[in-house]
Amino acid sequence: MLTEEKRKLELEAANIRKTALETIHTAGSGHIGGSFSMAEIVTVLFFKAMNIDPKDPDKKDRDRLVLSKGHCSPVMYATLARRGFFPVEHLKTFRKIDSDLSGHVEIHVPGVDMSGGSLGQGLSVALGMAMYGKCNNLGNYAYAIMGDGEIQEGQIWEAAMAAGFFKVNNLIGFVDNNQIQLDGRLTEVMDPNPIDEKFRAFGWNVINVNGHDVEEIADAIEEAKKSKDKPTMIVAHTVKGKGVSVFEDTNRFHGGQPTPEEYDLAIKELDDQIAALEV
Amino acid sequence: MGEKIATRVAYGKALAEFGGREDIYVFDSDLKTCTMSMYFADKYPERFFNVGIAEANMVNIGAGFATCGATSLVHTFAIFAAGRVYDQVRNDVCYPRLNVKVVGSHAGLTVGEDGATHQALEDISLMRTIPGMTVIVPCDDNETRLATKAMLDFKGPCYFRTGRPAVDPVTDSIPGYKFEIGKGCQLKDGSDVTLIACGLMVQEALKAADLLAAEGISARVIDMATIKPIDREIIVKAAKETGAIVTAEEHNIIGGLGSAVAEVLTDEALVPLQRVGVNDTFGHSGNPLELLAHYGLTAENIACNAKKAIARK
Repeated sequence: MLTEEKRKLELEAANIRKTALETIHTAGSGHIGGSFSMAEIVTVLFFKAMNIDPKDPDKKDRDRLVLSKGHCSPVMYATLARRGFFPVEHLKTFRKIDSDLSGHVEIHVPGVDMSGGSLGQGLSVALGMAMYGKCNNLGNYAYAIMGDGEIQEGQIWEAAMAAGFFKVNNLIGFVDNNQIQLDGRLTEVMDPNPIDEKFRAFGWNVINVNGHDVEEIADAIEEAKKSKDKPTMIVAHTVKGKGVSVFEDTNRFHGGQPTPEEYDLAIKELDDQIAALEV
Repeated sequence: MGEKIATRVAYGKALAEFGGREDIYVFDSDLKTCTMSMYFADKYPERFFNVGIAEANMVNIGAGFATCGATSLVHTFAIFAAGRVYDQVRNDVCYPRLNVKVVGSHAGLTVGEDGATHQALEDISLMRTIPGMTVIVPCDDNETRLATKAMLDFKGPCYFRTGRPAVDPVTDSIPGYKFEIGKGCQLKDGSDVTLIACGLMVQEALKAADLLAAEGISARVIDMATIKPIDREIIVKAAKETGAIVTAEEHNIIGGLGSAVAEVLTDEALVPLQRVGVNDTFGHSGNPLELLAHYGLTAENIACNAKKAIARK
């Protein structure tokens, strides 16, 4: 990846974090920690890897994405708005009674391929999308983004088994491996590790990446696209709340909100990052 | 009278008959020889997927296909279709309003010897309470075939309930019979009481009408193959013209056809209503006919309830 492209993607990720935080702040609620840990993943997908067109969001042969960890709608909606699917201004209606931008992602929002909310179900949906693409020779890819706590759900492993068995090589999953779930650390609540070995045993091609390195994420997706007979799981090693010092590596901001002082500090940190990345 | 055929068999054959459309994809969870999706699988193997014993995954694979424009049909026993994957059906099929048909076979007591864990007696209730869900319960070969075609032509979530045992044909001998989603069908006119039934209780309701006729009671019989959206018009008309109603279903009396009819009557035409069904209990292993008799799902019990309803006028 060229240095200039990397800088632009990193700048976009920082802007997405800021937009997501402002969106949550305006709404008064929303999930910060899991949104921030996956900012680079959605940045690379929506600004580099995926075949999508904001002017034609329903085009038949587009790549699909299921945000299985649907509570991280703030980062998804911020990304879609910044990518041009709808005006950034519209994010101010997030979680309001007359808005289409609900607390969890909704299929009726431009750019969203499937509703989310009930954990453990998105990988199966993305599997169906990928299989449809193969059946109809669309030549496209289906992506699913899961949380690492989410893979405690049994249905993930039903989907993993089927995707491996059916050799659905156009299915690419991400586990946002930030090591923290609502009640605490995975190792204290219910440890799903080793995640990579489990998916390999289910017939997947598995790639471990630093989930905050846009180049590693982009390279992993390129490698996944070369897979001939296996689905690919990209295990993204991330930090919950990444990008703002007070949000990082804690479950306090899974769904919890910062104090006004913490919010101001967070915006300042993000502004500093943005300024440093701007030419 | 023609050959007895199970509604699951009629369904499977109809799905293969009308399944030529390229947008139709069929999924089963290791039960294709039971749900009878095997007829489609044999004819169109390229549009059939057996996902193994993983119903939740099946429903959501079907949902994924539907987001891309497919008509998806997912198959399992009714007990699993409505119970085990309720969350998937609610959140991933009905809420996003996807074109997924959930087909539950072996519904009700007449699973028989396999017993209570396999006898879906709450599925109509669970499915009809989900916003946007259409619920169809056909009674015989002819109606199942027509309902299957109608469901394939209909866009949106649908629950389709079929049964295990072979049942008598009844609708093909009714002049002017036709199936339309959301419409009940009057199989026999009458003036003293109306018997409203679905599934294999339609046959029992017709027999009950004969029993009542022998006692000089004129019973109307309505085949209510769509439980949701319920045909309010035919219920209100029956209430006003006959003044008493009996419902009959192979289902818990809570939440099913009886409740759906009661809701309409409460809103629009309050007349005596007697509900025949399983009286808020689980089933049991046994011969299907013995089970139906044990739980009162018989023509005799419908007739008895008809007289009670008339007496309450």
